Amino acid sequence: MRYESLLDSVGGTPLVGLPRLSPSPEVRLWAKLEDRNPTGSVKDRAAAYMVEAAEKDGLLHPGSVILEPTSGNTGISLALVARLRGYQLICVLPENTSAERRMLLEAYGASIVSSPAAGGSNEAVRVAKSLAAENPGWVMLYQYGNEANARAHYETTGPELLADLPEITHFVAGLGTTGTLMGTGRFLAEHVPGVQIVAAEPRYGELVYGLRNLSEGFVPELYDESVLTSRFSVSSGDALRRTRELLSEEGMFAGISSGCVLHAALGLAAKAQAAGQRADIAMIIADAGWKYLSTGAYAGTLAEAEARLEGQLWA
Amino acid sequence: MAIEVRIPTILRSYTGGQKSVECSGATLEELFADLDGRYEGLRERLVDDSGVRRFVNVYLNDEDVRFLGGLSASVRDGDTVTVLPAVAGGAR
Repeated sequence: MRYESLLDSVGGTPLVGLPRLSPSPEVRLWAKLEDRNPTGSVKDRAAAYMVEAAEKDGLLHPGSVILEPTSGNTGISLALVARLRGYQLICVLPENTSAERRMLLEAYGASIVSSPAAGGSNEAVRVAKSLAAENPGWVMLYQYGNEANARAHYETTGPELLADLPEITHFVAGLGTTGTLMGTGRFLAEHVPGVQIVAAEPRYGELVYGLRNLSEGFVPELYDESVLTSRFSVSSGDALRRTRELLSEEGMFAGISSGCVLHAALGLAAKAQAAGQRADIAMIIADAGWKYLSTGAYAGTLAEAEARLEGQLWA
Repeated sequence: MAIEVRIPTILRSYTGGQKSVECSGATLEELFADLDGRYEGLRERLVDDSGVRRFVNVYLNDEDVRFLGGLSASVRDGDTVTVLPAVAGGAR
């Protein structure tokens, strides 16, 4: 395969079967390897689309400053695009995210503004919005509400999945900005009657839900509940256990959100098997495990790893 | 009948600091009525005229109840209901 430059190589990721974790030949799990993107995550798709859309809208010029609330992958993806397209990037990042993320962002030349750990990404969004208001020349692409985020998946992830797995019955992905599920979900629902679109949502430690009041809660503007068939909340313990299973059973070194997604996928597989139905369940491996090594997720006992993740934004 | 209802930090002032309480009911609607009977005012923080409040998520055995029929979802002995505020999520 040949591309003119790195940015042209976004997407087109492999779909890999999981024969050991799949319960039977009739109920099969498939993993779409989004770590096989230029900066190693699914966010490369959204970042490329959001920047391109902003350029088309005349919002970005050489030297423009892009501002984004991000606890990692989107920032890293944007850092690549910004570097290659000649923009500056400022990321608002919650303090309680892994060291590797900061290091990568800085290596790409991005600047970081830290937001407090308590309230997690909600707080990062709030800080970013107020910074954007104070600096009208800066461009906040705002992944949580930018239609180009979902459109990236509608136009690339969805069609790739359909081409590789026309017999797909379930699509499972992590729920964050909701872009992957909204875009891919809409596309698949248009082409595959009865397809189940399932969200796997990380359940964090209490610190992350430390809001002052419930009206401080946050629902991404992209989120359209009607696109989903169901939504599961997955604990860090279950996510960790499944991440380790991916590695030990299938040799797949995935990030912790992938364990979260696998947990939901295995639940769906068990249901299908119990009902005597065939299933082809495609799940998104959003990134590999490299950025999570310092969290201790892959070493020591599960209990130790779970304790270390307490209070962290692990997915 | 015992259904565990897990309460987020922000609402524990209603339950005297307890992070988990036991209630009964055949549906979520009944469960919340029972909850309100024991911890007055709590139901109103979770539910409004259109169902579960916008910035509140309720999970029945880890599944978002909005996809299980909302307040009419059936609950059974041994189920766990978890209430959490809606947050922006993590590593994006």
